[in-house]
Amino acid sequence: MSIQTLQGVWWKKVDPAEKLWIGIALVWCLVLFAMMPLWHFTGKQNPSFETYRTTALAYQAKVDAYVEKNKVGEDKGVPVVAAKPGEDVYMLGRMWSWYPVLKFKKGETYRLHLSSMDLLHGFSLFPLNLNFMVLPGYEYVLTVTPTEAGEVFAVCNEFCGIGHHTMVGKIIVE
Amino acid sequence: MDATTFRTCAHTGLRVHLTAERLIKVHAVAGVLAILFGGIAAVLVVLTRWPAVHLLDPAMYYRALTFHGINMLIFWIIFFEVAILYFAAPIVLGSRVAWPRMGWVGFALMVAGSLMIDVAILRGGADVMFTSYVPLRAVSYFYLGWILYAVGALIGVLNFFATLVVAKAERTYEGSIPLVTFGALTAAIIAVVALAHGAIIYIPTWLWSLGVVQNLDAGMYRLVWWGLGHSSQQINVAAMVAVWYLLATLTVGAVPINEKVSRWAFVLYILFINLASAHHLLVDPQVSPAWKVWNTSYGMYLAVLASMIHGMTVPASVEVAQRRHGLGKGMFEWLTKAPWGNPGFAALFLSLVLFGFMGGITGVTFGAEQVNISHNTLRIPGHFHSTVVAGTTLAFMGLTYFVVPLIWRRRIVAPKLATLQVYVFGIGIAIFAAGMTTAGSYAVPRRHWDVQFTNALFQPPVEAAAYVFLGIMGLGGLLAALGGALYVGITVLSVFFGRRIPDQPGQIELAAIPAAGKHTPISGTLVLVFVFLAAFVIYYFLNWKWLAAIWYVQ
Repeated sequence: MSIQTLQGVWWKKVDPAEKLWIGIALVWCLVLFAMMPLWHFTGKQNPSFETYRTTALAYQAKVDAYVEKNKVGEDKGVPVVAAKPGEDVYMLGRMWSWYPVLKFKKGETYRLHLSSMDLLHGFSLFPLNLNFMVLPGYEYVLTVTPTEAGEVFAVCNEFCGIGHHTMVGKIIVE
Repeated sequence: MDATTFRTCAHTGLRVHLTAERLIKVHAVAGVLAILFGGIAAVLVVLTRWPAVHLLDPAMYYRALTFHGINMLIFWIIFFEVAILYFAAPIVLGSRVAWPRMGWVGFALMVAGSLMIDVAILRGGADVMFTSYVPLRAVSYFYLGWILYAVGALIGVLNFFATLVVAKAERTYEGSIPLVTFGALTAAIIAVVALAHGAIIYIPTWLWSLGVVQNLDAGMYRLVWWGLGHSSQQINVAAMVAVWYLLATLTVGAVPINEKVSRWAFVLYILFINLASAHHLLVDPQVSPAWKVWNTSYGMYLAVLASMIHGMTVPASVEVAQRRHGLGKGMFEWLTKAPWGNPGFAALFLSLVLFGFMGGITGVTFGAEQVNISHNTLRIPGHFHSTVVAGTTLAFMGLTYFVVPLIWRRRIVAPKLATLQVYVFGIGIAIFAAGMTTAGSYAVPRRHWDVQFTNALFQPPVEAAAYVFLGIMGLGGLLAALGGALYVGITVLSVFFGRRIPDQPGQIELAAIPAAGKHTPISGTLVLVFVFLAAFVIYYFLNWKWLAAIWYVQ
């Protein structure tokens, strides 16, 4: 029937079984929709509202000043920075590293700034499975609260050239 | 001379414009070549991502992945879809193709564009993935290839619209256009939006690659590019649903229970489905959460409603036809005694079930704004292999086994093998996608050469289970590749060496349309859709539960 034309007044009343399914499906769709605003009010994991324009040069200068001031050691040649609870914390992504290594305290809240020096990078905390995109020219501010102690790794999950799979950074939660 | 030449199909009674038939043939051949190229790359990619094999070196892996993505998601699918458009307007309506010459121009542009892109990738000038996110840079003829391909496809789409106008004006049909044409029209409208985004983003990117434009904003690029990248997958959804109705008609003589409902569901696609390109920007900095919530929900999920409606009306159309054919015992005789040995029916049902249960549920769940925070991993390719491969590609494969006898007028060389091919491919891709999605839930990143992070500064510990699921992905991938190879082999051999089918009625087995009867119950379908809804609800809320267990972030 589906390749034949329809003649005259072909539309007819909707079958009760169909009406039932359409009604239930519509209710489910509205539940799906309501979940997102609801989670913004009650949930603890929401994409940030805070983002700024920046440039590679300006952001690099901020990160350098931040590392200079708060450096507490080194891990495999990468500066380790002890973040202060409630304050701004900076990390940058570039081909092919995350800089610097950050030290957080469990249960404390930090304003984590992220930007890229070159291409797109995916900031993916492994094995937590928490992901955000890091774009050149944008400074994304995430207010994060680590809920578990231990080491997590920042893996890049957006292709950024031939060394993409070697781009791994580190966050230590105490 | 052939602009006015027709033949009458002995099997369907349709009036076939020979130009339309030739255009279908060349587009289908190009599509099958693309799936062959993309399939070879697929084997290389899956054997690299399977850690136990880890075949290619990084440079070749990223090149093969780029090649695989573009040949499958763009060339195979869109060539085949343009072929469907040349069926759905001229042949179904018994009309001539409105612009025969432009049809060939469009095809030539698509071929030229795809060759430029493939050559650019194979020569190492475009290791930029399917998405070519700026400021990642490729050689400039790669971007020009995209523009030519998009313009060529757009010409095919406009030719479809023009043919609808011609058919109406020349009164080649009476009444309302058939459902399959209506579905193809939906796909065509969505295609205009998708291809226009392609032109809007690739023209400045091409100029940027030539040095004419200095700066392209990375956030703007993603916003506009996904208007192409995601919307082109929505062409697939609409075309696939149209093919479901077509296959149901050809294999069991399906009767849509209410065409008004099916058509309104297509209209919901046109109105809302393209908003979902926001799915790709949910964890991006350049758009606000309010923008994300509205768009990712397709405007309150009305396009999901449309898919849920088709998910019921397609099996219901099969159930009604089967019951009227006398297979009405109990709840499920219509299904158990369905023509499972017919590759068209097997492809229809596997495509419907896998698209719904795997692709649809995961897609809507991962597309919830916050849930996306913990899904931007291998789970995403796991999701779209179950929509566009297990869904669209499988449906198109099933349709091929009708295109060859009806358009080329050749028998399928090994009909039993063709049926087996559908099952091997469908089951293979389902195993593959399940392995991939689950590995992704252990945070295994996508587009990534080395999940063991061998040469990285730090070595994150990877759970053993992730390797198990990557192995399942590898095995499923090989099975699917076998199914794909069978598809290409059977199709090519049939087109060249299949026995010619005489132009007499009864030579091709097409299901009879049952006579209209009294009201037929659809109780079996109702059971199926409620099972689906239960699976949907469980999976959806499980994901919110998993989300709630990670770090707080806002």
